Amino acid sequence: MRLNPITTQKCVKALLWFLTGSTIGILFFIILFIFLKGLPQISWTFLFTNPVDMGRSGGILATIVSTIYLIGIALFFATPLGLGTAIFLTEYTREGIVTKIIRFGTESLAGIPSIILGLFGFAIFVIAFGWGWSLLSGGLTLSVMLLPTIIRTSEESIIAVPLEYREVSFSLGLGKWKTITRVVLPSALPGIVTGIVLSIARSIGETAVIIFTAGSSLRLPKSIFESGRTMAVHFYILAREGISMPMAYGTAAILVLLILIINICAYMAMRFLMKRYS
Amino acid sequence: MKEKIVEKILTLLAFSAIGLLLLITIFIFKEGFPVIIKTGLTDFLFSAKWAPTKNHFGILAMIISSLAVTFAAILMGVPLALACAITLAEFCPPRLLVILKPTIELLAGIPSVVYGFLGVILLVPLIRDYLGGPGLSLLAASMILAIMILPTITSISIDALQAVPLLYKEGALAMGATHWQAIRLVLLPAARSGVVTAIILGMARAIGETMAVIMVAGNALKIPVSLIDPVRTLTSTIALEMGYSAGDHRTALFAAGIVLFIFIMALNILANLLMRKK
Repeated sequence: MRLNPITTQKCVKALLWFLTGSTIGILFFIILFIFLKGLPQISWTFLFTNPVDMGRSGGILATIVSTIYLIGIALFFATPLGLGTAIFLTEYTREGIVTKIIRFGTESLAGIPSIILGLFGFAIFVIAFGWGWSLLSGGLTLSVMLLPTIIRTSEESIIAVPLEYREVSFSLGLGKWKTITRVVLPSALPGIVTGIVLSIARSIGETAVIIFTAGSSLRLPKSIFESGRTMAVHFYILAREGISMPMAYGTAAILVLLILIINICAYMAMRFLMKRYS
Repeated sequence: MKEKIVEKILTLLAFSAIGLLLLITIFIFKEGFPVIIKTGLTDFLFSAKWAPTKNHFGILAMIISSLAVTFAAILMGVPLALACAITLAEFCPPRLLVILKPTIELLAGIPSVVYGFLGVILLVPLIRDYLGGPGLSLLAASMILAIMILPTITSISIDALQAVPLLYKEGALAMGATHWQAIRLVLLPAARSGVVTAIILGMARAIGETMAVIMVAGNALKIPVSLIDPVRTLTSTIALEMGYSAGDHRTALFAAGIVLFIFIMALNILANLLMRKK
Protein backbone atom coordinates (compact mmCIF):
# COMPACT_ATOMS: atom_id res chain seq x y z
CA MET A 1 0.00 0.00 0.00
CA ARG A 2 1.30 3.45 -0.86
CA LEU A 3 0.46 6.27 1.45
CA ASN A 4 -0.72 9.54 0.10
CA PRO A 5 2.24 12.01 0.21
CA ILE A 6 0.30 14.46 2.32
CA THR A 7 -0.55 11.81 4.91
CA THR A 8 3.11 10.70 4.88
CA GLN A 9 4.19 14.26 5.51
CA LYS A 10 1.81 14.57 8.45
CA CYS A 11 3.12 11.36 10.02
CA VAL A 12 6.76 12.29 9.46
CA LYS A 13 6.24 15.75 10.85
CA ALA A 14 4.59 14.35 13.98
CA LEU A 15 7.41 11.84 14.43
CA LEU A 16 10.14 14.46 13.98
CA TRP A 17 8.50 16.84 16.43
CA PHE A 18 8.11 13.99 18.89
CA LEU A 19 11.83 13.14 18.66
CA THR A 20 12.83 16.79 19.02
CA GLY A 21 10.49 17.16 21.97
CA SER A 22 11.99 14.08 23.62
CA THR A 23 15.51 15.46 23.19
CA ILE A 24 14.56 18.73 24.83
CA GLY A 25 12.70 16.68 27.43
CA ILE A 26 15.93 14.85 28.28
CA LEU A 27 17.71 18.15 28.86
CA PHE A 28 14.97 19.44 31.15
CA PHE A 29 14.84 16.12 32.96
CA ILE A 30 18.61 16.23 33.62
CA ILE A 31 18.46 19.79 34.95
CA LEU A 32 15.36 19.21 37.04
CA PHE A 33 16.64 15.94 38.50
CA ILE A 34 19.94 17.47 39.58
CA PHE A 35 18.21 20.56 40.99
CA LEU A 36 15.55 18.63 42.90
CA LYS A 37 18.14 16.40 44.53
CA GLY A 38 20.92 18.95 44.88
CA LEU A 39 19.51 22.39 45.59
CA PRO A 40 18.19 21.42 49.06
CA GLN A 41 21.78 20.51 50.04
CA ILE A 42 23.08 23.97 49.29
CA SER A 43 23.42 26.34 52.18
CA TRP A 44 25.75 29.03 53.44
CA THR A 45 27.86 26.44 55.28
CA PHE A 46 27.96 24.21 52.18
CA LEU A 47 29.46 27.01 50.13
CA PHE A 48 31.75 28.58 52.71
CA THR A 49 33.28 25.79 54.76
CA ASN A 50 36.01 23.42 53.72
CA PRO A 51 35.33 19.73 53.09
CA VAL A 52 35.72 17.58 56.20
CA ASP A 53 36.49 13.85 56.26
CA MET A 54 37.14 13.44 52.48
CA GLY A 55 34.01 15.45 51.72
CA ARG A 56 31.58 13.43 53.86
CA SER A 57 30.65 16.57 55.73
CA GLY A 58 31.55 20.22 55.74
CA GLY A 59 31.27 22.15 52.50
CA ILE A 60 33.05 22.69 49.22
CA LEU A 61 34.91 25.97 49.78
CA ALA A 62 38.36 24.57 48.88
CA THR A 63 37.04 23.18 45.60
CA ILE A 64 35.44 26.51 44.70
CA VAL A 65 38.75 28.29 45.38
CA SER A 66 40.69 25.71 43.31
CA THR A 67 38.22 26.08 40.43
CA ILE A 68 38.62 29.87 40.46
CA TYR A 69 42.43 29.59 40.57
CA LEU A 70 42.49 27.16 37.63
CA ILE A 71 40.17 29.22 35.47
CA GLY A 72 42.09 32.38 36.30
CA ILE A 73 45.42 30.82 35.32
CA ALA A 74 43.96 29.29 32.15
CA LEU A 75 42.46 32.61 31.01
CA PHE A 76 45.64 34.51 31.92
CA PHE A 77 47.48 32.47 29.27
CA ALA A 78 44.74 31.69 26.77
CA THR A 79 43.28 35.21 26.40
CA PRO A 80 46.37 37.04 25.07
CA LEU A 81 47.27 34.11 22.80
CA GLY A 82 43.74 33.75 21.49
CA LEU A 83 43.09 37.46 21.08
CA GLY A 84 46.49 37.96 19.39
CA THR A 85 45.75 35.16 16.95
CA ALA A 86 42.30 36.58 16.21
CA ILE A 87 43.71 40.09 15.59
CA PHE A 88 46.38 38.68 13.32
CA LEU A 89 43.87 36.62 11.34
CA THR A 90 41.42 39.48 10.87
CA GLU A 91 43.57 42.60 10.61
CA TYR A 92 47.05 41.61 9.50
CA THR A 93 46.69 38.99 6.85
CA ARG A 94 44.69 37.91 3.85
CA GLU A 95 43.18 34.49 3.32
CA GLY A 96 46.01 32.33 2.03
CA ILE A 97 48.28 29.49 2.90
CA VAL A 98 49.28 31.02 6.26
CA THR A 99 45.70 31.48 7.46
CA LYS A 100 44.88 27.97 6.22
CA ILE A 101 47.65 26.52 8.37
CA ILE A 102 46.61 28.56 11.41
CA ARG A 103 42.96 27.62 10.98
CA PHE A 104 43.83 23.95 10.57
CA GLY A 105 45.83 24.14 13.80
CA THR A 106 42.98 25.83 15.66
CA GLU A 107 40.32 23.41 14.42
CA SER A 108 42.44 20.35 15.13
CA LEU A 109 43.28 21.63 18.59
CA ALA A 110 39.56 22.09 19.25
CA GLY A 111 39.01 18.46 18.31
CA ILE A 112 41.67 16.97 20.61
CA PRO A 113 39.85 15.16 23.43
CA SER A 114 40.51 16.32 26.95
CA ILE A 115 42.12 13.03 27.96
CA ILE A 116 44.89 13.57 25.37
CA LEU A 117 45.37 17.11 26.65
CA GLY A 118 45.56 15.65 30.14
CA LEU A 119 48.30 13.24 29.05
CA PHE A 120 50.16 16.08 27.36
CA GLY A 121 49.91 18.36 30.39
CA PHE A 122 51.03 15.54 32.64
CA ALA A 123 54.08 14.76 30.45
CA ILE A 124 55.18 18.36 29.99
CA PHE A 125 54.18 20.38 33.06
CA VAL A 126 53.93 17.76 35.79
CA ILE A 127 56.95 15.63 34.79
CA ALA A 128 59.24 17.48 32.36
CA PHE A 129 58.96 20.90 34.03
CA GLY A 130 58.84 19.31 37.45
CA TRP A 131 55.86 21.33 38.71
CA GLY A 132 54.10 18.20 39.95
CA TRP A 133 50.34 18.10 40.36
CA SER A 134 49.65 21.76 40.77
CA LEU A 135 47.18 24.48 39.92
CA LEU A 136 49.79 25.94 37.57
CA SER A 137 50.14 22.69 35.59
CA GLY A 138 46.34 22.30 35.49
CA GLY A 139 45.72 25.90 34.49
CA LEU A 140 48.26 25.79 31.68
CA THR A 141 46.79 22.57 30.29
CA LEU A 142 43.29 24.00 30.56
CA SER A 143 44.44 27.08 28.62
CA VAL A 144 45.35 24.79 25.69
CA MET A 145 41.77 23.51 25.74
CA LEU A 146 40.28 27.01 25.84
CA LEU A 147 42.52 28.56 23.18
CA PRO A 148 40.52 27.44 20.09
CA THR A 149 37.22 28.71 21.55
CA ILE A 150 38.72 32.09 22.40
CA ILE A 151 40.32 32.41 18.95
CA ARG A 152 37.04 31.58 17.20
CA THR A 153 34.76 33.86 19.20
CA SER A 154 37.24 36.77 19.18
CA GLU A 155 37.69 36.42 15.42
CA GLU A 156 33.94 36.47 14.85
CA SER A 157 33.39 39.55 16.95
CA ILE A 158 36.31 41.45 15.37
CA ILE A 159 35.04 40.64 11.87
CA ALA A 160 31.60 41.94 12.87
CA VAL A 161 33.02 45.46 13.50
CA PRO A 162 32.00 47.49 10.42
CA LEU A 163 34.82 48.38 8.01
CA GLU A 164 33.82 52.07 8.13
CA TYR A 165 35.04 52.32 11.73
CA ARG A 166 38.56 51.45 10.58
CA GLU A 167 38.38 53.73 7.53
CA VAL A 168 37.31 56.72 9.60
CA SER A 169 40.08 56.03 12.10
CA PHE A 170 42.70 55.77 9.34
CA SER A 171 41.44 58.95 7.70
CA LEU A 172 41.88 60.77 11.01
CA GLY A 173 45.53 59.77 10.91
CA LEU A 174 45.60 56.97 13.47
CA GLY A 175 48.07 54.18 12.80
CA LYS A 176 47.07 50.58 12.36
CA TRP A 177 47.79 49.42 15.93
CA LYS A 178 46.12 52.52 17.44
CA THR A 179 43.09 51.88 15.24
CA ILE A 180 42.91 48.33 16.53
CA THR A 181 43.33 49.19 20.21
CA ARG A 182 41.25 52.39 20.24
CA VAL A 183 38.52 51.62 17.71
CA VAL A 184 38.23 47.98 16.71
CA LEU A 185 38.80 46.20 20.04
CA PRO A 186 36.46 48.42 22.09
CA SER A 187 33.66 47.76 19.60
CA ALA A 188 34.41 44.03 19.56
CA LEU A 189 34.88 43.83 23.33
CA PRO A 190 31.39 42.61 24.32
CA GLY A 191 31.67 39.72 21.85
CA ILE A 192 35.17 38.85 23.01
CA VAL A 193 34.05 38.86 26.65
CA THR A 194 31.09 36.64 25.78
CA GLY A 195 33.52 34.13 24.26
CA ILE A 196 35.70 34.20 27.36
CA VAL A 197 32.69 33.74 29.61
CA LEU A 198 31.54 30.73 27.57
CA SER A 199 34.98 29.21 27.91
CA ILE A 200 34.64 29.62 31.69
CA ALA A 201 31.48 27.50 31.51
CA ARG A 202 33.44 24.81 29.68
CA SER A 203 36.22 24.87 32.26
CA ILE A 204 33.81 24.50 35.15
CA GLY A 205 32.61 21.11 33.93
CA GLU A 206 35.99 19.78 32.82
CA THR A 207 37.48 16.80 34.64
CA ALA A 208 39.80 14.65 32.52
CA VAL A 209 42.26 17.48 31.79
CA ILE A 210 42.46 18.55 35.40
CA ILE A 211 42.63 15.30 37.33
CA PHE A 212 46.03 14.41 35.72
CA THR A 213 47.55 17.84 35.97
CA ALA A 214 46.18 19.54 39.07
CA GLY A 215 45.70 16.39 41.13
CA SER A 216 42.92 16.12 43.68
CA SER A 217 44.17 17.49 46.99
CA LEU A 218 41.28 18.68 49.12
CA ARG A 219 43.22 21.30 51.06
CA LEU A 220 42.60 24.97 50.47
CA PRO A 221 45.36 25.92 47.99
CA LYS A 222 47.73 28.63 49.20
CA SER A 223 49.77 29.01 46.03
CA ILE A 224 49.61 28.02 42.38
CA PHE A 225 52.31 25.42 42.96
CA GLU A 226 50.00 23.38 45.19
CA SER A 227 47.63 20.68 44.06
CA GLY A 228 43.91 21.45 44.12
CA ARG A 229 40.60 19.73 43.47
CA THR A 230 37.99 21.51 41.34
CA MET A 231 34.25 21.19 41.92
CA ALA A 232 33.83 18.85 38.94
CA VAL A 233 36.65 16.57 40.11
CA HIS A 234 35.24 16.65 43.66
CA PHE A 235 31.82 15.64 42.34
CA TYR A 236 33.40 12.81 40.31
CA ILE A 237 35.28 11.45 43.33
CA LEU A 238 32.30 11.79 45.69
CA ALA A 239 29.98 10.00 43.28
CA ARG A 240 32.38 7.33 42.01
CA GLU A 241 33.72 6.31 45.37
CA GLY A 242 30.29 6.62 46.94
CA ILE A 243 31.64 8.93 49.66
CA SER A 244 28.52 10.98 50.14
CA MET A 245 25.51 11.17 47.85
CA PRO A 246 23.98 14.33 49.37
CA MET A 247 27.31 16.14 48.99
CA ALA A 248 27.65 14.84 45.43
CA TYR A 249 24.17 16.08 44.51
CA GLY A 250 24.85 19.45 46.10
CA THR A 251 28.09 19.87 44.15
CA ALA A 252 26.43 18.76 40.90
CA ALA A 253 23.63 21.27 41.43
CA ILE A 254 26.15 24.09 41.84
CA LEU A 255 27.97 22.97 38.67
CA VAL A 256 24.80 22.77 36.58
CA LEU A 257 23.43 26.02 38.01
CA LEU A 258 26.62 27.95 37.18
CA ILE A 259 26.79 26.50 33.67
CA LEU A 260 23.12 27.27 33.08
CA ILE A 261 23.44 30.88 34.25
CA ILE A 262 26.60 31.50 32.22
CA ASN A 263 25.15 30.01 29.04
CA ILE A 264 21.88 31.91 29.30
CA CYS A 265 23.63 35.22 30.00
CA ALA A 266 26.12 34.67 27.17
CA TYR A 267 23.29 33.80 24.80
CA MET A 268 21.31 36.90 25.69
CA ALA A 269 24.41 39.06 25.28
CA MET A 270 25.07 37.49 21.88
CA ARG A 271 21.48 38.17 20.73
CA PHE A 272 21.79 41.75 21.89
CA LEU A 273 25.05 42.20 19.98
CA MET A 274 23.67 40.65 16.81
CA LYS A 275 20.78 43.12 16.90
CA ARG A 276 23.20 46.01 17.36
CA TYR A 277 25.20 45.19 14.24
CA SER A 278 22.40 44.23 11.90
CA MET B 1 58.87 50.96 13.93
CA LYS B 2 56.40 50.15 16.68
CA GLU B 3 53.91 48.90 14.10
CA LYS B 4 56.51 46.44 12.80
CA ILE B 5 57.18 45.06 16.28
CA VAL B 6 53.47 44.66 16.97
CA GLU B 7 53.00 42.80 13.71
CA LYS B 8 55.91 40.47 14.53
CA ILE B 9 54.49 39.71 17.97
CA LEU B 10 51.00 39.05 16.61
CA THR B 11 52.37 36.77 13.90
CA LEU B 12 54.17 34.84 16.59
CA LEU B 13 51.02 34.56 18.74
CA ALA B 14 49.01 33.44 15.73
CA PHE B 15 51.13 30.35 15.41
CA SER B 16 50.48 29.36 19.04
CA ALA B 17 47.62 26.98 18.21
CA ILE B 18 49.47 25.09 15.49
CA GLY B 19 52.61 25.18 17.65
CA LEU B 20 50.75 23.64 20.58
CA LEU B 21 49.29 21.00 18.29
CA LEU B 22 52.82 20.07 17.20
CA LEU B 23 54.05 20.09 20.77
CA ILE B 24 51.21 17.78 21.84
CA THR B 25 51.97 15.41 18.96
CA ILE B 26 55.68 15.35 19.78
CA PHE B 27 55.17 14.78 23.50
CA ILE B 28 52.57 12.03 23.15
CA PHE B 29 54.71 10.21 20.58
CA LYS B 30 57.95 10.69 22.47
CA GLU B 31 56.41 9.32 25.68
CA GLY B 32 54.55 6.42 24.12
CA PHE B 33 56.72 5.21 21.30
CA PRO B 34 59.33 3.23 23.27
CA VAL B 35 56.76 0.68 24.40
CA ILE B 36 55.39 0.21 20.88
CA ILE B 37 58.91 -0.58 19.66
CA LYS B 38 59.57 -2.87 22.61
CA THR B 39 56.29 -4.78 22.21
CA GLY B 40 56.26 -4.64 18.43
CA LEU B 41 53.54 -2.75 16.58
CA THR B 42 51.49 -5.80 15.58
CA ASP B 43 51.62 -7.27 19.07
CA PHE B 44 50.66 -3.96 20.61
CA LEU B 45 47.71 -3.41 18.27
CA PHE B 46 46.49 -6.96 17.76
CA SER B 47 46.98 -8.67 21.09
CA ALA B 48 44.07 -8.49 23.48
CA LYS B 49 46.22 -9.30 26.49
CA TRP B 50 46.85 -6.28 28.71
CA ALA B 51 48.79 -7.31 31.78
CA PRO B 52 50.84 -4.40 33.11
CA THR B 53 52.25 -6.43 36.00
CA LYS B 54 53.67 -8.98 33.54
CA ASN B 55 54.86 -6.25 31.22
CA HIS B 56 52.53 -7.39 28.48
CA PHE B 57 50.73 -4.66 26.61
CA GLY B 58 48.16 -5.43 23.93
CA ILE B 59 45.32 -3.00 23.30
CA LEU B 60 43.07 -4.88 20.85
CA ALA B 61 40.22 -5.28 23.36
CA MET B 62 40.26 -1.56 24.09
CA ILE B 63 40.36 -0.56 20.42
CA ILE B 64 37.40 -2.82 19.68
CA SER B 65 35.54 -1.51 22.74
CA SER B 66 36.19 2.11 21.75
CA LEU B 67 35.00 1.51 18.20
CA ALA B 68 31.96 -0.49 19.34
CA VAL B 69 30.87 2.19 21.81
CA THR B 70 31.39 4.90 19.19
CA PHE B 71 29.46 3.13 16.42
CA ALA B 72 26.60 2.21 18.73
CA ALA B 73 26.45 5.84 19.87
CA ILE B 74 26.39 7.03 16.26
CA LEU B 75 23.68 4.50 15.39
CA MET B 76 21.46 5.82 18.18
CA GLY B 77 22.50 9.46 18.14
CA VAL B 78 22.46 10.27 14.43
CA PRO B 79 18.76 9.58 13.73
CA LEU B 80 17.76 11.58 16.79
CA ALA B 81 20.17 14.39 15.94
CA LEU B 82 19.00 14.54 12.33
CA ALA B 83 15.37 14.53 13.43
CA CYS B 84 16.12 17.54 15.63
CA ALA B 85 18.05 19.26 12.83
CA ILE B 86 15.30 18.77 10.23
CA THR B 87 12.58 19.87 12.65
CA LEU B 88 14.46 22.97 13.71
CA ALA B 89 15.68 23.97 10.25
CA GLU B 90 12.46 23.24 8.33
CA PHE B 91 9.35 22.83 10.46
CA CYS B 92 10.09 25.24 13.23
CA PRO B 93 8.95 28.89 13.09
CA PRO B 94 11.98 31.26 13.26
CA ARG B 95 10.84 32.68 16.59
CA LEU B 96 10.90 29.23 18.16
CA LEU B 97 14.20 28.35 16.45
CA VAL B 98 16.11 31.04 18.30
CA ILE B 99 14.97 29.45 21.57
CA LEU B 100 15.16 25.76 20.69
CA LYS B 101 18.59 25.74 19.00
CA PRO B 102 20.49 27.12 22.03
CA THR B 103 18.39 24.84 24.26
CA ILE B 104 19.64 21.78 22.39
CA GLU B 105 23.17 23.21 22.37
CA LEU B 106 22.92 23.48 26.15
CA LEU B 107 23.04 19.67 26.23
CA ALA B 108 26.71 20.05 25.21
CA GLY B 109 27.28 22.25 28.25
CA ILE B 110 26.25 19.66 30.84
CA PRO B 111 29.54 18.29 32.28
CA SER B 112 30.41 14.76 31.23
CA VAL B 113 30.73 13.67 34.87
CA VAL B 114 27.08 14.63 35.37
CA TYR B 115 26.07 12.51 32.37
CA GLY B 116 28.09 9.62 33.73
CA PHE B 117 26.55 9.98 37.17
CA LEU B 118 22.97 10.07 35.86
CA GLY B 119 23.82 7.07 33.69
CA VAL B 120 24.92 5.13 36.75
CA ILE B 121 21.93 5.91 38.92
CA LEU B 122 19.16 5.92 36.29
CA LEU B 123 20.15 4.02 33.17
CA VAL B 124 22.35 1.24 34.55
CA PRO B 125 19.69 -0.20 36.91
CA LEU B 126 17.14 -0.23 34.06
CA ILE B 127 19.50 -2.18 31.81
CA ARG B 128 20.40 -4.57 34.63
CA ASP B 129 16.74 -5.26 35.47
CA TYR B 130 15.31 -5.54 31.98
CA LEU B 131 18.16 -6.83 29.82
CA GLY B 132 20.34 -8.63 32.34
CA GLY B 133 24.09 -8.46 32.82
CA PRO B 134 25.77 -6.09 35.25
CA GLY B 135 24.05 -3.05 33.78
CA LEU B 136 27.35 -1.23 33.47
CA SER B 137 27.76 -1.95 29.78
CA LEU B 138 28.52 -1.06 26.20
CA LEU B 139 24.83 -0.21 25.80
CA ALA B 140 24.79 2.19 28.75
CA ALA B 141 27.96 3.93 27.53
CA SER B 142 26.73 4.32 23.98
CA MET B 143 23.30 5.61 25.07
CA ILE B 144 24.93 8.30 27.20
CA LEU B 145 27.33 9.14 24.36
CA ALA B 146 24.45 9.35 21.87
CA ILE B 147 22.96 12.18 23.96
CA MET B 148 26.35 13.84 24.43
CA ILE B 149 27.18 13.99 20.71
CA LEU B 150 23.68 15.02 19.67
CA PRO B 151 24.18 18.80 20.02
CA THR B 152 27.33 18.72 17.85
CA ILE B 153 25.62 16.79 15.06
CA THR B 154 22.35 18.74 15.26
CA SER B 155 23.98 22.13 15.28
CA ILE B 156 26.27 21.51 12.28
CA SER B 157 23.47 19.77 10.35
CA ILE B 158 21.15 22.75 10.87
CA ASP B 159 23.83 25.02 9.41
CA ALA B 160 24.26 22.64 6.46
CA LEU B 161 20.51 22.50 5.81
CA GLN B 162 20.18 26.27 6.04
CA ALA B 163 23.11 26.73 3.64
CA VAL B 164 21.22 24.99 0.81
CA PRO B 165 20.03 27.71 -1.59
CA LEU B 166 16.34 28.47 -1.13
CA LEU B 167 15.87 28.07 -4.90
CA TYR B 168 16.34 24.29 -4.61
CA LYS B 169 13.49 23.94 -2.18
CA GLU B 170 11.27 26.39 -4.04
CA GLY B 171 11.95 24.50 -7.26
CA ALA B 172 10.85 21.23 -5.68
CA LEU B 173 7.76 22.79 -4.11
CA ALA B 174 6.84 24.43 -7.43
CA MET B 175 6.99 21.01 -9.10
CA GLY B 176 4.31 19.87 -6.69
CA ALA B 177 6.44 18.07 -4.10
CA THR B 178 5.22 18.17 -0.52
CA HIS B 179 7.47 19.85 2.05
CA TRP B 180 8.67 16.48 3.33
CA GLN B 181 9.38 15.23 -0.22
CA ALA B 182 11.41 18.39 -0.85
CA ILE B 183 13.39 17.78 2.34
CA ARG B 184 13.99 14.10 1.64
CA LEU B 185 14.70 14.29 -2.08
CA VAL B 186 16.28 17.73 -2.48
CA LEU B 187 17.43 19.36 0.76
CA LEU B 188 19.05 16.37 2.48
CA PRO B 189 21.02 15.24 -0.60
CA ALA B 190 22.17 18.83 -1.17
CA ALA B 191 23.29 19.15 2.46
CA ARG B 192 24.91 15.73 2.48
CA SER B 193 28.55 16.75 2.85
CA GLY B 194 27.70 19.03 5.79
CA VAL B 195 25.70 16.31 7.50
CA VAL B 196 28.50 13.78 6.99
CA THR B 197 30.98 16.28 8.46
CA ALA B 198 28.67 16.65 11.45
CA ILE B 199 28.56 12.89 11.96
CA ILE B 200 32.36 12.58 11.69
CA LEU B 201 32.87 15.30 14.29
CA GLY B 202 30.31 13.54 16.48
CA MET B 203 32.32 10.32 16.14
CA ALA B 204 35.50 12.15 17.15
CA ARG B 205 33.74 13.43 20.27
CA ALA B 206 32.40 10.00 21.15
CA ILE B 207 35.69 8.15 20.76
CA GLY B 208 37.53 10.76 22.87
CA GLU B 209 34.98 11.02 25.68
CA THR B 210 36.35 9.72 28.95
CA MET B 211 34.69 10.49 32.25
CA ALA B 212 31.10 9.59 31.33
CA VAL B 213 32.28 6.35 29.74
CA ILE B 214 34.40 5.35 32.76
CA MET B 215 31.40 5.73 35.02
CA VAL B 216 28.91 3.62 33.04
CA ALA B 217 30.89 1.18 30.88
CA GLY B 218 31.89 -1.27 33.62
CA ASN B 219 35.56 -1.28 32.57
CA ALA B 220 36.04 -5.03 32.17
CA LEU B 221 39.07 -5.80 30.05
CA LYS B 222 37.78 -8.11 27.31
CA ILE B 223 36.47 -8.04 23.79
CA PRO B 224 32.71 -7.39 24.04
CA VAL B 225 30.41 -9.92 22.40
CA SER B 226 27.06 -8.37 23.28
CA LEU B 227 25.57 -4.97 24.01
CA ILE B 228 25.16 -5.72 27.70
CA ASP B 229 28.81 -6.70 28.19
CA PRO B 230 30.93 -4.33 30.27
CA VAL B 231 33.71 -2.76 28.20
CA ARG B 232 36.84 -0.75 28.75
CA THR B 233 37.71 1.83 26.10
CA LEU B 234 41.11 3.35 25.28
CA THR B 235 40.18 6.55 27.08
CA SER B 236 38.97 4.82 30.25
CA THR B 237 42.09 2.67 30.46
CA ILE B 238 44.29 5.75 30.27
CA ALA B 239 42.25 7.60 32.88
CA LEU B 240 41.87 4.65 35.27
CA GLU B 241 45.50 3.54 35.29
CA MET B 242 47.40 6.81 34.87
CA GLY B 243 47.21 7.62 38.56
CA TYR B 244 49.22 4.62 39.79
CA SER B 245 51.21 3.60 36.71
CA ALA B 246 54.98 3.85 36.41
CA GLY B 247 57.74 2.82 34.03
CA ASP B 248 56.69 0.76 31.02
CA HIS B 249 53.09 0.70 32.17
CA ARG B 250 52.90 4.50 32.01
CA THR B 251 54.63 4.50 28.61
CA ALA B 252 52.09 1.94 27.39
CA LEU B 253 49.26 4.28 28.44
CA PHE B 254 50.83 7.05 26.38
CA ALA B 255 51.09 4.55 23.51
CA ALA B 256 47.34 3.93 23.84
CA GLY B 257 47.05 7.73 23.70
CA ILE B 258 48.96 7.72 20.38
CA VAL B 259 46.42 5.32 18.87
CA LEU B 260 43.55 7.46 20.13
CA PHE B 261 45.29 10.59 18.85
CA ILE B 262 45.70 9.06 15.37
CA PHE B 263 42.00 8.09 15.25
CA ILE B 264 40.96 11.62 16.26
CA MET B 265 43.32 13.40 13.87
CA ALA B 266 42.17 11.17 10.99
CA LEU B 267 38.54 12.06 11.74
CA ASN B 268 39.38 15.77 12.11
CA ILE B 269 41.29 15.86 8.82
CA LEU B 270 38.47 13.99 7.07
CA ALA B 271 35.94 16.51 8.39
CA ASN B 272 38.22 19.34 7.32
CA LEU B 273 38.54 18.00 3.77
CA LEU B 274 34.79 17.49 3.45
CA MET B 275 34.13 21.00 4.68
CA ARG B 276 36.61 22.43 2.18
CA LYS B 277 35.14 20.47 -0.74
CA LYS B 278 31.94 22.39 -0.28
